[in-house]
Amino acid sequence: MSKVLIFAEIADGKVKKGAFELLTAARSASLSTQVLALGTGSKAALQTLSGWSITEAFAGDNSAFNNYNPEVFAETVASAIKDSGADIVLASSSLLARDLFPRVAAKLGSAAVSDCTDLTLAGGLKVRRPMYSGKCSAEVTFLANGPKIVLMRANQLPVGEPAGAGAVTVKDLPAPTATGLRTLIKDIVKGASGKLDLTEANIIVSGGRGLKEAANFKLVEDLAATCGATVGASRAIVDAGWVSHSIQVGQTGKTVAPSLYIAIGISGAIQHLAGMSGSKVIVAINKDANAPIFQKASYGVVGDLFEVVPALTQEFKTLFQ
Amino acid sequence: MKIFVCVKQVPDTETKIKLKADASGIDTAGVKWVMNPYDEYAVEEAVKARETGKATSVTVFSVGPKSRIVETLRTALAMGADEAVAIDAPEDLDSGLTAKALAAAMKGEGEFGAVFTGKLAIDDNLSAVSQMLAENLQIPHTTVVSKLEIGDSMVAEREIEGGTKEIVQLSKPALIGANKGLNMPRYPSLPGIMKAKKKVIKELTLDGLGLASAQAAFKHTAFQLPAEKPPVKMLEGDAAAQSKTLATLLRQEAKVL
Repeated sequence: MSKVLIFAEIADGKVKKGAFELLTAARSASLSTQVLALGTGSKAALQTLSGWSITEAFAGDNSAFNNYNPEVFAETVASAIKDSGADIVLASSSLLARDLFPRVAAKLGSAAVSDCTDLTLAGGLKVRRPMYSGKCSAEVTFLANGPKIVLMRANQLPVGEPAGAGAVTVKDLPAPTATGLRTLIKDIVKGASGKLDLTEANIIVSGGRGLKEAANFKLVEDLAATCGATVGASRAIVDAGWVSHSIQVGQTGKTVAPSLYIAIGISGAIQHLAGMSGSKVIVAINKDANAPIFQKASYGVVGDLFEVVPALTQEFKTLFQ
Repeated sequence: MKIFVCVKQVPDTETKIKLKADASGIDTAGVKWVMNPYDEYAVEEAVKARETGKATSVTVFSVGPKSRIVETLRTALAMGADEAVAIDAPEDLDSGLTAKALAAAMKGEGEFGAVFTGKLAIDDNLSAVSQMLAENLQIPHTTVVSKLEIGDSMVAEREIEGGTKEIVQLSKPALIGANKGLNMPRYPSLPGIMKAKKKVIKELTLDGLGLASAQAAFKHTAFQLPAEKPPVKMLEGDAAAQSKTLATLLRQEAKVL
């Protein structure tokens, strides 16, 4: 039977949501499940995971793992995977994991596939992932003998509740050797928002050229603030320099899959539609009733966004009071 | 120092995807191919480094069907790259083999100070080859780079989750995965295009690189187009009425608020 190792990311001393999606999937398939976490506080965080049917847990509870260093992480994670005997490795398809696991896979002579949206573990591993930013999707057929590394996009799998009690014994992973490192993390400059990244967000409010000028992006931010949403943008206004590329949604930006995507003044170029059409519910607000965005939308509002968006912001404020 | 740059040829972002009858991949008939947009930033950064005296030469590498990838290599040459290496390989070679082929080809081109790639290719969106290549070459790497300084070492600014930025220092040789924002890629000039036409592109094969019998670690199969969305529900009334209805529908019908 398959042996699964879940790489859990820790934030503020807690296991992040994505890991619970993977723990839920592994438990429902009744697979032997191991968990691995790195960084200060990871040991305590893993000890809280009783009720998730974990057979073994490993923590690198060391400040040397607090900032992601590919050299340090790849070495530790690859050797932990080898020692664990896992034949399936699961992680959330975060920026960290997407950077780390291909290097780990190269060390192990196996494959790492990122941004997967479907995962079946019972009765053999089955994985699907979007291609061309969601213009189509494909199944992954693994051919090598090494561990199969699957990175799952956030918000694709349900999260269950812990069942039963019992202590989780967490084993310590050795501290990394700091000699001969060629990568040095010099500084971390915190982003101002503190909001979830677009790839993890549950609600996204996105703005496009229909906003007319950079100052009007505030309308998008105001609506987002009422419902705890992360803000996004179309390529047009990123290229115009109104907002940073870090919030661009689309084929040359981020591929997103929130529960709710609100597109404001975005007509829906094929590249943008590719990046956001995996969203569960899509609202389009645009004055042009023939805009392509309406073909992908669940709810359509044809109207002047300068009237509709403030009105919607008021409605949301009332709703969340 | 020499800079090596990896480029991939991908369908233009405007392309509407059709599938092959047996669902083993996309129907490439009528597809317009372009250089992967993130690779343009990699080529630009390398050419700029040579122009400012921080590099001595720029060699571009590409893996894929030879008849097709030469076009993208010529684009890179027209942008100012000095040399190009085409590694003939079947379409959709897996990331592990692609990285091995690139590493083997690079080892045949002598000493280098840096490898530049795009942060990912917009066709398979895997973002795997760069890191695997760095591992195969046994050099440090960093990806999603939006600012780079080349000196005795390389200092890269990279964007991580939620708008946070990380400053990473790498000793040379190192691999950098370029993100949008790093620079503004130039359009190939007419003299550049004319010059690029005359340049000889070195041709290599998987066989010649000792990889003919190497096995892929995975392949993409059973392609599907996205499921049709139910038709859009258009809301009626003025801005206030539409907003009220929308808020109600999102909470009660769609249950997403």
